[in-house]
Amino acid sequence: MKLTLPNPGLDDRIPSHQQLEKLEVEEAADRPKWDNKAQYLLTCVGFCVGLGNVWRFPYLCQSHGGGAFMIPFLILLVLEGIPLLHLEFAIGQRLRKGSVGVWTAIHPYLTGVGVASMLVSFLVGLYYNTIIAWVMWYFFNSFQDPLPWSHCPINANKTGLVSECARSSPVDYFWYRETLNTSANIEDAGGLQWWMVLCLLCAWTVLYVCCVRGIETTGKAVYVTSTLPYVVLTIFLIRGLTLRGSVSGIKFLFIPNVNELLNPSTWLDAGAQVFYSFSLAFGGLISFSSYNSVHNNCEQDALIISLINGMTSVYSAIVIYSIIGFRATERFDDCLGTNILALMNTFEIPEGNITESNYKDVLQNLNGTFPEIIQDLQLKTCDLNTFLSQGVEGTGLAFIVFTEAITKMPVSPLWSVLFFIMLFCLGLSTMFGNIEGVMIPLQDLNVIPKKWPKEVVTALICLVSFIIALIFVQRSGDYWLALFNNFAGSIPLLIIAFCEMVAVVYLYGIDRFNKDIEFMIGHKPNIFWQVTWRVVSPLVMLVIFLFYFIIEVTKELTYIAWNPDSVNFPTLDTLKYPGWVYAIIFILAGIPCLVIPATALFKFIRNCCCKKEHDHEMDHISTVSSKIEMNDNVRFT
Amino acid sequence: MFLHDFLHLPVRLHLTACYSLLSTRQGPQVALTPAAQARVFKYEGASGLPRGLRMSLNLVIVLCLTAVLGPTLVHTLCSGSTDANKVRLSIKTALGDEAYDWDESEMFLFKATIAFAMRKCNKKQYEVSNIQVCNATQRVSFWFVVTDPKTEDLVSGKDVEKAVRMSRNRINSAFLLTDKTLEFVNIPPTLAAPVKPATPPWLIVFGVVIGLVGAGIAAILISTFIQKKRERGGIKEREEDEEEEAGQRNGVFCTVQEGADSNINPGFIEDDPFTKL
Repeated sequence: MKLTLPNPGLDDRIPSHQQLEKLEVEEAADRPKWDNKAQYLLTCVGFCVGLGNVWRFPYLCQSHGGGAFMIPFLILLVLEGIPLLHLEFAIGQRLRKGSVGVWTAIHPYLTGVGVASMLVSFLVGLYYNTIIAWVMWYFFNSFQDPLPWSHCPINANKTGLVSECARSSPVDYFWYRETLNTSANIEDAGGLQWWMVLCLLCAWTVLYVCCVRGIETTGKAVYVTSTLPYVVLTIFLIRGLTLRGSVSGIKFLFIPNVNELLNPSTWLDAGAQVFYSFSLAFGGLISFSSYNSVHNNCEQDALIISLINGMTSVYSAIVIYSIIGFRATERFDDCLGTNILALMNTFEIPEGNITESNYKDVLQNLNGTFPEIIQDLQLKTCDLNTFLSQGVEGTGLAFIVFTEAITKMPVSPLWSVLFFIMLFCLGLSTMFGNIEGVMIPLQDLNVIPKKWPKEVVTALICLVSFIIALIFVQRSGDYWLALFNNFAGSIPLLIIAFCEMVAVVYLYGIDRFNKDIEFMIGHKPNIFWQVTWRVVSPLVMLVIFLFYFIIEVTKELTYIAWNPDSVNFPTLDTLKYPGWVYAIIFILAGIPCLVIPATALFKFIRNCCCKKEHDHEMDHISTVSSKIEMNDNVRFT
Repeated sequence: MFLHDFLHLPVRLHLTACYSLLSTRQGPQVALTPAAQARVFKYEGASGLPRGLRMSLNLVIVLCLTAVLGPTLVHTLCSGSTDANKVRLSIKTALGDEAYDWDESEMFLFKATIAFAMRKCNKKQYEVSNIQVCNATQRVSFWFVVTDPKTEDLVSGKDVEKAVRMSRNRINSAFLLTDKTLEFVNIPPTLAAPVKPATPPWLIVFGVVIGLVGAGIAAILISTFIQKKRERGGIKEREEDEEEEAGQRNGVFCTVQEGADSNINPGFIEDDPFTKL
């Protein structure tokens, strides 16, 4: 499709190819640069590979048909993820600006897209760093043996275990009571939890130290934060495979159920996972690739990063499910052991007579002869598959299921320390991209005075974010975080990504874009890129957005709460959100989306109003001086 | 031979049989299980037996008396008494391959440890014979009662509980078992008081991390400060040099680009900052 919307003045707003060549030679000192290619790749890998790879993908994989989930995941990776990634890399490298700068250069009315990216980066950064604060809390508590979440504390009069813990489990109690001290519902805010405030402070100061001079400092930090997770994953894989029952977990993960492919929600979840996993539309990737040299091969980079991201997801799924398999087997053995003990004690059967193999027969026998006694015993049914499919995702996986599995391993503190360091590194490297996505647009919008040094700007951003993030360390903080997670980082990103594709392909012009890429990497993008950029990827984005929107709008807004006084305890309660939450949802999801048309309108009105004043300035005098910029950078030799 | 048989079969049935046997001779009626009744019937039907058989029967009765009088007392104490305690051992669970078999000697050791515990608690001279055991099963569970060494009365359940609690550790370690695997069914184990360190360990780690971060921030800020100072010093030197050069000309400052070589016409290199076209 040769459709290109009219875009006057585009050439004046973007550097030409000759100017780019000149910049390349001169090495302009005012713009930061990567020390080497490895730094750039590690930063992008760190930004893309995050907590979602570890705790969202394995759950989706297992719940949507195991091995069969790879098919929609890989298809959508190729059709949606890679084209969008290449687009962001190429446009950043070509226009050499952050997200606001790039979209403003393409068309002044598109500034809103950059502003929306900045807002989403900011909101996501707020709650993401809170998760890192939780990870740090668990990390701090891992340096003791036995681990505090391995046993219930004793109650005040020393007569037994704390009731809340005895009714649920030590890991649940440690998470909901000793970490979050969660309230029963979102209206009950509770106060700030001082230990969590300290951890949040720690998280933001560590982030500040790493980001204080932009990519100068993050470029050094990513050598550790992007590589350490892979080392730890490998250690856990080796440890996991040597544990009993791990193979049953891996088998459970990958056994394909091809019928799931007919379920549209499988494809929707796969598409959403690919999209969010690549950290697209945050603006961070555009910024990072704008620091590259002009002739950097961005096509190759896009392919490499996509491949690494996909493989990391699969690799961590294997590791996670090997540990889950071990935990499920331990739980199954415990369950069976309890039942066998009950039978032995009631019927005075000698030890060793009932084993796992003859348990069913013995039970049937006894049930035939003494049915009332068996009924009174209230034996639980022990099924390995039930324990395996207690597949949890998100914070539940990391802080409840995995920590429980760790307590059952020998030398638990070591595994706990390793696991939480890995989560910390994964989260921190993603935060680098978020901070970049907030800082550069602020600079481009001229909100920050130019003479303020970078250190002060970063400090300001971290301080403001820390203060706002204090809502997440109240007693109801977990509910607020779930709210942010569901609404701040979902719908707006889909809209921004769609606008990006349309802007580049139809406003900037796909022909111009092709020529740019030919100039940068030496060959024109092939038919695959043409088809995906023009038709396939925007279509996929649109479909995912529509489905997501319809599902979110039609579903009832509920959240799950931990309430020890509830009837269903320890099962979590499902409560409805109060009315004022709709205002919050509007702020989270509505404002970033509305900023796009609002900025366009604002600029349009300003242009129209001020047009009369500027009319006489519009007539250019055709002289040498008006065509050539007279400044230090121009040489006549 | 009869005694040997008695020991092998469930004690209760046999005791009931003997008891019923005695009761038919002595008078007071006791409720009989159907099996016991069958036996009584069988024995009652023996009244018309020849003399030799009658004599051996009397011998059986006497033996029963002696064998039963002692355990009979215990039998009523064991199953009915509130002062009896049930013990349950799970040796295979605790020791796996190194599990020992439960036999008479082990039972003797158990009685000895209970006697030891009672001695420690009450300071009276309890002997092994003061500990009576009954209803032993293959599970390895049994009931026991403790009698006072002087008065032969039953020691109350509460005193036994107190003694066992005091020496629980010693009793456990005598059998290489734990609180869970050597269960006194009516005596729940005391929970160990948690060890609370002076500072929570997590605060220590937090302090270390914050200290490192603070040192990092200080280092970066100081290095920025030093860099700025150096730049300012460098600019000042350059400005002084230019002043000297300008002093040789007409007093108008003309910044010279670094790396300018003689082929370049200096007039076209730099724009005079005061006159822009």
